[in-house]
Amino acid sequence: MTDILPFLKSLLAVSGLSAYETPAARLIEKQWKPLVDETGFSRLGSLHGLKRGSGKLPRPSVLIAAHMDAIGLMVSRIVDGFLCITEVGGVDPRVLPGTPVMVHASGSGEDLPGVVAMPPADLLPAGKGDGAIGLEYLLVDTGLAAREVSKRVRVGDLVAFNTEPVEMSGETVSGHSIDNRASVAALTVCLEELKSRSPVWDVWAVASSQEEETFGGAQTSTFQLRPSIAVAVDVTFAKGPGASGWETFPLGRGPTLGLGPNIHPFLHKRFIEIAKKAEIPYAIEPMPRMSGTDATSMQVTAEGVPTMVVSIPVRNMHTPVEVISLKDIQRAGRLLAEFVAGLEGDFMEKIIWE
Amino acid sequence: MKNLTIGPAQFNLLEKLCNAMAVSGDEGEVRKIVLEEVKPYADEVKVDALGNVLVLKRGRGKNPMRVLLDAHMDEVGFMIVEDDEDGIYRFELVGGFDTRHLAGKRVIVGREHLPGVIGAKPIHLETDDDLKHRIGLDALRIDLGPGGKAAVGDRATFAPNFKRVGPSILSKSIDNRIGVAILIELLKNAPSSVDLCMSFSVQEEIGLRGARVAGYYFDPQAAFVVDATPARDLPDYEGRENHSYNTKLGLGPAIYVANSSTMDDPRLVHFLEETAVREKIPYQLRQPGGGGTNAGALQKARMGVPVVSISVPHRYTHSPISISRVEDWRNTLNLLHAALKRMTPALVESR
Repeated sequence: MTDILPFLKSLLAVSGLSAYETPAARLIEKQWKPLVDETGFSRLGSLHGLKRGSGKLPRPSVLIAAHMDAIGLMVSRIVDGFLCITEVGGVDPRVLPGTPVMVHASGSGEDLPGVVAMPPADLLPAGKGDGAIGLEYLLVDTGLAAREVSKRVRVGDLVAFNTEPVEMSGETVSGHSIDNRASVAALTVCLEELKSRSPVWDVWAVASSQEEETFGGAQTSTFQLRPSIAVAVDVTFAKGPGASGWETFPLGRGPTLGLGPNIHPFLHKRFIEIAKKAEIPYAIEPMPRMSGTDATSMQVTAEGVPTMVVSIPVRNMHTPVEVISLKDIQRAGRLLAEFVAGLEGDFMEKIIWE
Repeated sequence: MKNLTIGPAQFNLLEKLCNAMAVSGDEGEVRKIVLEEVKPYADEVKVDALGNVLVLKRGRGKNPMRVLLDAHMDEVGFMIVEDDEDGIYRFELVGGFDTRHLAGKRVIVGREHLPGVIGAKPIHLETDDDLKHRIGLDALRIDLGPGGKAAVGDRATFAPNFKRVGPSILSKSIDNRIGVAILIELLKNAPSSVDLCMSFSVQEEIGLRGARVAGYYFDPQAAFVVDATPARDLPDYEGRENHSYNTKLGLGPAIYVANSSTMDDPRLVHFLEETAVREKIPYQLRQPGGGGTNAGALQKARMGVPVVSISVPHRYTHSPISISRVEDWRNTLNLLHAALKRMTPALVESR
């Protein structure tokens, strides 16, 4: 089994907020090139990698999408050298005060480190400084003088989290953007596993863009590539401090297999069979409404696509200190590879409802 | 007069000091660095019953003034108080925190600096009403990862993060490693005109406890407390004037006049101002009121000590990342250096 940690760490260190994924995409493309037959980009910035199957033409194809975009912040206003911010993707403002950030300053092309500042209550409107501080009242401080900030930073500049990835106990890694770079790493494990296999189907590995804002990357790639089936790989909630409900799954005990309206039941069943056969631990993840993954948009693309969701549990999702198990990444990657390798030429004829 | 400078050696020392963990009551890591730094330059070095590092560098000449410089070594932090199993621990606060700085931060735990995080419930699982309320301490845990092992009683603090950016330093624990660094530099450049006493003191953040016994030990004729003071020089949301900035970055050392536990000695306040003007060193007066420094303990040592606090301004006190200006650090160092050279007992002999 290949060691995915170095690639994961490099992925966590590279920027790529929704719609600005290029730095992450370049890194992923470099890693995928030896593993696929060709790579390319979609109009909305998704990375496509094609591994051709061994079956007769016209071959069916499976699209596996892991979104590569990350949540973060964006400069909305500049006041006396301090940056006012808005969110890119869903951010809980309560985790922001004191968070290290990197400002991608477009005026000078520099990356400026900084910190999210919580102003004293007496500088905020009455009553706004006492409880949770709203995003509109938080500031980013770069430590630079006001005139230097106005030369370098512009409204609309991206502000990414800047917590460095760190290995923790139990073969876990903590950092920001683990949602969903960890799944990109899992998809990479899948491609590595498939190197020595010869799947009948074509495989489209897709590092999709803009999931955190619009699901637009996976949707348009699915339309462009017209796969026979599509699988979204994403993260889900791990059990941990503050998270213990039915929506949560143990950290380090395998990926989850989604079950609900975004998922074709036949694919769900096939994944369970594959997991059992390959002795990969898993949990069933009930998704009673929208899955909140790329599958939501892929399923209703063009004439509709049978979809599946495979997820990896992560603690503290959408905070600068997400935590994930390396073993779970490996397991998800291997499960995907086993699924792909097991797709027989006439699989589509077997996908039936009743 | 030749100015003292802040170069690579000074930055490296400050980085080492800031990145160390020395939660009040467990200051060993910083004490070790301080002892290594001061031993070659001191006439006497002693570690007392509380863990203060007490240093004496004798002056030459007749009747040198006995002057104490104090800088606290300890930082606010955490103590592990309960094992919630499988690498997850409940913790208590040591020193003053705004707990809104805790969720979503990296920490280090114990002597081995085990990496951990203080997590938060995912936003997806929170109700709109939840999001309006602070995350309370009782909902927060330190997570070392499955199987992670800490012991009840272990100290923890924010993960080291020292950075130089343009004119500024960004780091945890600038309060008060910048004071510690200034004292070490002054010892290395000690004027021979005074008996220079130094206390690198413990337990400031939980009630000025180290300085109290250090003041008794040295019985100085005058004392300077060197610390980091909050700069609250942020813009007002509604564009009104910020009336309560305390201090501002870049305006020089902040001289205290009064705080919640001290009336700084007017002779020493005036002397520092006069020295700054003579030496053309910028300075600012910290807005009086609130807050406190070791001056509160030192002024009541034995029969009393004339004392004044002088601080390097820093934004975001007791948070994961504070910001200070290098020029304020350098100017504080040089103002103290110039002041020490001019000191004679006459300064505090008459009112």
